[in-house]
Amino acid sequence: MSWVEVELQMVAVIVAVTCALPGVFLVLRRMALMSDAITHTVLLGIVLGFLYTGTIESPVLMIGAALTGVLTVALVEVLVRTRLVRQDASIGLVFPALFSIAVILINRYAGNVHLDTDAVLLGEIAFAPFRRLEIGGVDLGPRTLYVMGTVLLLNVGFITLFYKELKLSTFDAQLAAALGFAPAALHYAFMSLVSVTAVGAFDAVGSILVVALMIAPPAAAYLLSDSLRNVLLLSVLLAAACAVAGFWLAWLIDASIAGSMASMAGIMFVLVLLFAPARGLVPIAVRRRRQQVSFAGVMLTIHLLQHEGTPQAEEESREAHLRHHLRWPGAFARRVLRYAETSRLIRRSDGRLLLTDSGRSVARQALGG
Amino acid sequence: MFPQIFHDLLFDYTVRTVALGAGVLGMVSGALGSFAVLRRQSLLGDAISHAALPGIVIAFMLTGSKAPIVLVLGAAIAGWLGTLLVMTIVARTRLPEDSALGIVLSVFFGFGLVLLTFVQQQPDAAQAGLDRFLFGQAATLLASDVVVLVTLGAVALFAVWLFWKEFKLLSFDRDFGVSLGYRMQVVDVLLTTFLVLAIVIGLQTVGVVLMSAMVVAPAAAARQWTDSLRTMVIGAALFGALAGVVGAVASAVTPNLPTGPSVVLTASALVLVSITFAPHRGLVWNWIRHRRNTERIVSRARVVSE
Repeated sequence: MSWVEVELQMVAVIVAVTCALPGVFLVLRRMALMSDAITHTVLLGIVLGFLYTGTIESPVLMIGAALTGVLTVALVEVLVRTRLVRQDASIGLVFPALFSIAVILINRYAGNVHLDTDAVLLGEIAFAPFRRLEIGGVDLGPRTLYVMGTVLLLNVGFITLFYKELKLSTFDAQLAAALGFAPAALHYAFMSLVSVTAVGAFDAVGSILVVALMIAPPAAAYLLSDSLRNVLLLSVLLAAACAVAGFWLAWLIDASIAGSMASMAGIMFVLVLLFAPARGLVPIAVRRRRQQVSFAGVMLTIHLLQHEGTPQAEEESREAHLRHHLRWPGAFARRVLRYAETSRLIRRSDGRLLLTDSGRSVARQALGG
Repeated sequence: MFPQIFHDLLFDYTVRTVALGAGVLGMVSGALGSFAVLRRQSLLGDAISHAALPGIVIAFMLTGSKAPIVLVLGAAIAGWLGTLLVMTIVARTRLPEDSALGIVLSVFFGFGLVLLTFVQQQPDAAQAGLDRFLFGQAATLLASDVVVLVTLGAVALFAVWLFWKEFKLLSFDRDFGVSLGYRMQVVDVLLTTFLVLAIVIGLQTVGVVLMSAMVVAPAAAARQWTDSLRTMVIGAALFGALAGVVGAVASAVTPNLPTGPSVVLTASALVLVSITFAPHRGLVWNWIRHRRNTERIVSRARVVSE
């Protein structure tokens, strides 16, 4: 591994982790698509900052970008308040409009600088190691690392400091308001943080991939755990894993690193969606199947108990008759019999099914006896 | 100046092609967007337009062709798969719909980006221009593109007319539809398929980001003027067509004004005018009604107190 590769992975991991933290609350507060809106509208802030300062390196651009992020949130809220347009439509109206203004401004006044829409939307992490932070001639590493490091500290600080408030206003906004927690103020503070994170990150990975990193790891973590603390921890771990895996995928096929990170986030999400222990689709299907079989097993014991000791017992306990009587398809009947036998509810003797003692008691219990 | 614009619109090949293309696109996305907005799925358009990218690249990789019909087909399949995935996530997990949309949107797009950068390493230059689907370059529209646009758009609009009753049921009372014996799931997939179609045909004209506005804005504007679905759909189609033509012409007569953003801002202006001035619902109307009510109450109170 060369030093550049190490640096790239460090940048990738720190960007992913920084995005995942506020992402957890975006997912839980049903504001996930605000990240999509903000990552697009910050372009307007950057353009305005550029037109004001005349340079692309000024911190004014970052401040302008973060402010337009907050402006986006406020405009969406204003539209929703009129009660003429719903929340989803408001987002869909505000961000394309602000983005359009930004694109037009670039085309008219900033056509010759490096500020094209492709770079903003797609981003390229591979350039990060070329932009160094030097102080007094000493090379301190990629600048993105420091920018994102600061944003990460900000995120961790905010979430630790306002953990209780965030938690309450996320899960019970009314209670939070009743207790005097000022959910509106907290909301805007949090959305400012999301804007700052988006601005810092999209410089490195582009706006669409900020969305991937903000939503996919937290959504996967939310399927894995019910505790907010664990969801936060898991999101961070998953995000870091996506970053490293994505970097190596990109290296392997020589493709966009940011795109590979997003693809990895997608693969990871699908794996969690399928196999999460409690909520995964496969475990749920398996559990349902098992319940079906064990329920049918109880049915079988009841059936056998009903006819035990009667003149029909001979016929009713034949396997073939059973299929006909209970209308079980062949494969299912076989599975039920195997289950009943292995859990010692029944035993076979020359083609007939006989209840065991425990089978009898299971049947009596099921009948409420 | 005005006669010149009309002259260009009638006789200048580029202006005429672009205006016609943008107008048809606005009409189709406005009509289908109405259902999306009513069903609170405004951002589905955003997700679909991003999810289309890998489909475009894969279609190119498989066929080696950049014919619009091939790429639109690829985009439609990918956009459709993305929507299906969103529906699955929402139905089967506790994740909210917006998270599902966000994941599909960003991950599909990221995957498309991987494919695109992968294809771009190939030595021949055949793949050049694939990314015009991303950002949209209406100025490069050819008459043959417009023919594809008009054909697919006509199919989508015809479908709206054909399945009018089913789509209406789906938008307002899905459960009632189920109780009547309609297969609402099938209707849902059908409506989504045509929304996908409307979106992918617009991608190369206005680009990914701005396409989502074309689904939402005309419908949101039309909604303010009426409570009838029929009027709303027709109104949204007209608003969309108007935004397309006006935006395209404005961009043609103004230097350095890209078509996509110009069309979107025209549509946004229509929304602004609608929510301000529309009768019965608009802000001005509400303000006047509020004032009249206050005055009436105050004058009655005065009568009572005398």
